[in-house]
This record gives sequence, C-alpha cells and structure tokens, in this order.
Amino acid sequence: MIDLHILWFLLLGVLMAGYGVLDGFDLGVGIVHLFVKDDLDRRAFMNAIGPIWDGNEVWLVVFGGALFAAFPPVYAAAFTGFYAPFMMLLFALIFRGVSLEFRSKKQSKWWRGFWDIAFSFASTAAAFIFGVAVGGTLRGVPIDGAGSFVGKLEDLFQPFPMIVGLFAVATCALHGTIYLYLKLEGDLQKRLHNWMWSAFGFFIICYIFTTIMTLIFEPHATTNFKKYPLSWIVVFLQVLAIANIPRSIFLNKPLQAFVSSACTIIAFTFLFGIALFPNLLTSSLNPEWSLTVYNASSSPLTLKIMTIMAAIGLPFVVTYTAVIYWVFRGKVKREHLQY
Amino acid sequence: MPLDVVLASRIQFALTIMFHYIFPPLTIGLSVLMVIMEGMFLKTRKPVYEQMARFWTNIFAVNFAMGVATGIVMEFQFGTNWAGYSKFVGDVFGSALAAEGIFAFFLESGFLSVLVFGWERVRPIVHFIATVAVSLGSIFSAIWIVVANSWQQTPAGYKLAMAHGGLRCEITDFWAVVFNPSAMPRLSHTLSGAFVLGAFVVMSISAFYILRGRFTDFARKSFTLALVMGFISSVWAGLAGDTQARTVAFTQPEKLASMEAHFHTEKHGTGLYMFGLPDPAAQKVNFAVQIPDMLSILVYGDPNRPVTALDTFSPDTLPPVVIPFLSFHIMVALGSYFVALTALGLFMLWRKRLFETRWLMWAFVWSVIGPFIANEAGWVTAEVGRQPWIVYHLLRTKDAVSQTLPVAHILIAIVAFTLIYILLLMVWVNVLHTKISHGPAQAPSKPPGKPTDLLDTASFYIDPSRDLLRGNLGQEELPAEENK
Repeated sequence: MIDLHILWFLLLGVLMAGYGVLDGFDLGVGIVHLFVKDDLDRRAFMNAIGPIWDGNEVWLVVFGGALFAAFPPVYAAAFTGFYAPFMMLLFALIFRGVSLEFRSKKQSKWWRGFWDIAFSFASTAAAFIFGVAVGGTLRGVPIDGAGSFVGKLEDLFQPFPMIVGLFAVATCALHGTIYLYLKLEGDLQKRLHNWMWSAFGFFIICYIFTTIMTLIFEPHATTNFKKYPLSWIVVFLQVLAIANIPRSIFLNKPLQAFVSSACTIIAFTFLFGIALFPNLLTSSLNPEWSLTVYNASSSPLTLKIMTIMAAIGLPFVVTYTAVIYWVFRGKVKREHLQY
Repeated sequence: MPLDVVLASRIQFALTIMFHYIFPPLTIGLSVLMVIMEGMFLKTRKPVYEQMARFWTNIFAVNFAMGVATGIVMEFQFGTNWAGYSKFVGDVFGSALAAEGIFAFFLESGFLSVLVFGWERVRPIVHFIATVAVSLGSIFSAIWIVVANSWQQTPAGYKLAMAHGGLRCEITDFWAVVFNPSAMPRLSHTLSGAFVLGAFVVMSISAFYILRGRFTDFARKSFTLALVMGFISSVWAGLAGDTQARTVAFTQPEKLASMEAHFHTEKHGTGLYMFGLPDPAAQKVNFAVQIPDMLSILVYGDPNRPVTALDTFSPDTLPPVVIPFLSFHIMVALGSYFVALTALGLFMLWRKRLFETRWLMWAFVWSVIGPFIANEAGWVTAEVGRQPWIVYHLLRTKDAVSQTLPVAHILIAIVAFTLIYILLLMVWVNVLHTKISHGPAQAPSKPPGKPTDLLDTASFYIDPSRDLLRGNLGQEELPAEENK
C-alpha cells in the first residue's frame, strides 16, 4: 500500500512542476515583451503563447484545489498568511489574462501601449511573487500551535524571499526566451538568439547568488540532503541540464535548450520539495508547530477518493494537453496573427 | 453591523463572486448554442451556419477570458479569507473543487484554443468535437461547483471528527456528498438559468442586427434558434425553480420563510406575496399583494396546511429577510417575464410577423439585462438566505473567517478589486461593442484556388503602392491580417 500522504505530496509537486514548466514560459514571454518595440513583433510574441497560456494557468488553479483538498490546514494557513502577496498575484493574473485577450482588439496606439505594459508588468509581478512565496516557505512562516498564521506583512517581504523572487523572474525569462526562439522565425528569431545569451547570463548570476544565499541564510534547507543522499542525483542532473542550455544555444538546437530549461525547473521543484519534506509549511516559531504531510492532511478516505479522481483525470489531462500542443505545433506565421 | 474582518471578508467575497458570475452562465449557455450551430453546419454544410458558429465563438471567447481571469480569485479566496472554513470543510469541499479543476477546467481551457484558433488547423469534425468538449467542460464545472455549494446548504455524507486541534467534517460517503439533498435541484435550476442567459444574449445581438437591417439571414437564423432555446429553458427554469423552492422548504425552512418574508405561523394555509417590501422590525410586509393559501399549495399541494414561519426558529439562527425576499421576488418576476416574452416571440414567429414587429425586437435587445440580474439574484437568495451559517447548521460565517487578517488589508483589496473590475467591465463592454458593430465575417470559408483569390493575390503583388507602404518589411511578409 502506498502512503497516500507522500503520494499527494508528490502529486502537488507534479502539479507545481507542470505549472512551472508550462506557465513559466508564457510568464517569461511577458517578462521580455517590452524589449521589442515593433507592434508586429509584440503581436508575434503574444501569438506564440496565445492558444495555450489559458490551459497552462489551469495547472495553478488545480494546484490550489488539490492543496485545499489534500492538506486543508496548509491551504488555510498559507493563503491567509500570504494574503497581501496573493492578492497582488491575483491582480497580476487578472491583468495578464485580459491584456492578452484585449490588446490587439483595437488599433489605437494608446490602447495597445497600455495593455503591453500591463501584460509585461503583470507577468513579471506574477513570477516574482511565486518566487517570494517559495522563498518565504523555505524560510519558514510564523504559524502558531493551532496552525494559524500569526505574522505580519513585513515577515514575508524579507531579503531572502525577494532574492528567490528575482531568481524566479530570471528563470522564467530564460525559459520564455528559449520558447520564443523555438516558435518564431526570420529576423525576429535572429535577434532572439542574442537575447537567449543575455537571459542565460542573467539566470546564471541569479542562480549562483541564490544558491549562496540559501546556503548562508537557510542552511536547514540542506538537512534533508544528508538524510536522502540519493537526492544529490537531482542536483547533479540539474547542473547538467543548466550546462546543456548554453551548449544547445551555441549549437543552435533550441528544442534541446527548451527541454533543458524545463528540466531545470522540474529539478528546482524537486529540490524545493526535498528541502521541505515532510513539512509543507515550516513554523518559524516552533518546529513542533510545522504543518506536515501527516499532521495536516485530509482524512484517509478523502485522500483515497482524490487519488482515484487523479488516476482517472490526469491521463486525460496529459492526453489532451499533448493533442493541443500538437495541433499548435510549428512556427508562428506573421500572416495569421490572431492576437 | 461593525466593519470587522467578517463583514470585510463577506464584502470581498460578494464582490468577487458576483462579478465573476456575470460570465460563467453566459459561456455555458452560449457554448450549448454553438454546439447546435456547428452541428447544423456539419449536417447541412450551409455557409450561414458556419458564419454563425464562428461569430458566436468569437463572442464566447471574450466572455470566457473574463470568466477565467476573474475565476482564479475564487480558487484561492477560501484560503485567503476563510481559513476557519477551509479547515472545517476542506476534507469534503476541497475534493469537489479539485474535481472541478481536473475534470472541467483542463477540458474547457485546453480545447478553447482549438475553438478559437483551430478553424484553419483542424478538420471541421475535429473542431466540432472541440466545441462539444468546451461545452461539456463548462457544464462539468457547473456540476462540481454547484455540488460543493449545495453541500454547504444541505450537508450529507460526512461525519464530524477532531483533527489538528479542531472539529472538522470528514467524508464518509462520496456519492452522498455529490447527491446531497439540494444538489440536483440546484444544478437543474442553475443550468437552466445559464441557458436562458445564453439564449437572450444571442437574441439581443441578433435583434439589433435585424432592426438595423444588417446580416439579416445570419441574424434571423441565430435569433430563431436562440428563441426556441430561450423558451424551452425559461419554462425549464420555472419548473426547476419550483422544485428548488420546495427543496428549500423541506431542507432549509427558515430560508424559505425569509424568502417569503413569512413572519408568523398561521393556523390555516399560507399566502404567497406577489409584491411587497418587508419590514423586519415591524414583522410585516408593506405594500403587499398576496395570493391566499398559495404558498401552502406550492409547497405541500394542500391549501390548508400552514408553512413554517420565522417565529418558529430561534432568533440567532435566522437569516436576514429583506435581501432574500427582494432578490427572490425579482428573480421570479424576471423568470415569468422570460417565459411570457419568449412565448410571445414564438407566437409571432408562427404568424410570420416576428422580425417585422420592431417594438418586440427592441424588447429583445434590452431584455438581455434581465437574465444577468436573475442569475445574480438567484445566488443572492441562496447565499444570503443561508446566513448566519456558512455551512448550514454546522458552522457560522463569523467563525469561518481568517481571524488574523488585518481589516485594512482586506479593505485595500476591496478597493483594488472594485477599481480593476470597473476597468474590466468598461473594457469588456467596449470590446463586445466593437465585435458586435463589426459583425460576423462574410463568407468565412472560401475554397482555395478560386479565380478571384488568384486575382486578388496577383493584384496585391502588382499594386505598387503596397510595395511602397511595406517598405523594408521584405517581399515575403504580408501585412498582418486585420483582427476580427
């Protein structure tokens, strides 16, 4: 019999990694959106993610639902605790969604400029806040013995979470730039080749900096690596994946670069999970008060029902996600811009 | 009522859910019409049906985007503002929400892309399957969320247990949760309301075209189809509403009493208020027009059997009266109006005078506001009528809130939501206006290789002015297609 608590910890990881890989690149496209000035170029950017961003965002929504169902106290404490950043995140996601949808509906320069800025700022803010949430979770949050958040807003916006936030922006920017290179063609694609190098440079600086900061300020994040030595394999694979990105860019194999950056994000999610396990929320006040996969889960029957639902639903989800990416394969054609 | 964390959170929830609920019923209703239109295109291969399917899909997409953008808030808001609630019901409610995500959201969001961008990429039959998938997805979504809500109204299939230092509900029987006593009647009523809205939106826009003499064939066909669906679903909404109200009478009697402003239990049959303005302080209804014994007949089928009134219940378990009474009566009045209007429309269609009767066409143009209000009013009745409970007879709203939230933060969020939603509303109306004035594209699918096409293409390349305009864009790049 599989331990359903651990299974749901893993499934939440799958949903988070799925979200990171998929929405990661369309957030990244948003982050770099303002770096092109030409209207057609910007439309090409938006069209590259046009048919799929909405489905990508569903991974986040399902992550929220699954967290609610599998670990209600965590859902309650985390979302109440992160109220202000989550509200900002929601505003950002709202703006992102509608700016994609509405930007090209009118010719007016003012209209398009407004939505361009909204799209780019909202995408950057969303990526940043995800990073802050991850950093804040790694750091631990003030939760009391009853599992309630008792901190203040200042507790969340500390230097370390902000650094992780910046790192998330860099990761998405790299992932998104590689995706754009993959989907676009012609002169714009040529320019993107240089962008990939800049994005990679920005990413690698943030990566090294964040790693050092984690080791200095949050040494407990590495405790589990002693306990589960096999997780070093993931660290090793991640370094390989990261190293493969400049190699693939150099050899002009964008698909390989994209797969590598996707693997990098998956590995980050995995490392994040290893660092936390078995906690979902570490209490910064008293380790005893941490919410773990065991003390904060739903009843065994609910976990079982959810597992059955996931077993029925996820194969469908994967199938039609694949079908849709297949339908929209190939380059974005300038003659067929719909956004 | 002091402005505390409870009231602030309630205002935030009411604001965000009511704004969100402008869109889902519209997309559900429209998607069903799109399935019918595209199905007719596949069957008859008449271009007008393709034109219809494409245009309404276009309108659908705008609303869908709004629904998604405002819907994300819903998934997180239980956690941000209602920590007590989340911990208490997560075991039951969370799984319904997760099921909605896995079974519905992926389906509709995934296939929406094929719907909007796939016309030229996939075969018509595949596109049709995508339309069906999106429509099913939106209906699945309604099923799970209505199940979750109904469980709050009439909890079933659970037990109370201690966990994490507090009491919570745990599932004992999944199917009893899904088929809790009010779930199916509520689902039927909710879906019928969505279908009415979809039909009225199509009728409104089509009637406008007919009045202006634009896209006449397109508009008449769209209107006729929507009129039939509008009439059927209006009648269905009435019947489902009757079942729903009777369910309330048996499962949540104090809610029915407040919906009817029924203050005192009589010895004889209970009347039904047609109009009125309840005065809870004086325990009476002003300006009342009442049908004697009618409520008893509707609930029990017996004119002499009294219906339980508010005075039977302990005062601290009573819902407010004015809001449920008014929202309920507004909804019923609007529902009756929809049946009457669509019946008249069908009659005029039969007499072949429908499209020439301009005042009636104008009535259809403006009546679109009705179903929006009716859908919202129905939910206001259901949710305010459940107070003071968040989970009926198990958890009070005031105990469900995230107590540690600073009120100031919630207020800032409310102000921000209000501003953003006003902006979105303006943008939404503006974009819809543009799309409607632009109208459906003529002759959407030209078979390739027609002489006119070749000529057009040739003249395009020959025309020197175009070359000048294109300047340095390069020979192979055509100017981007105008957005529709």
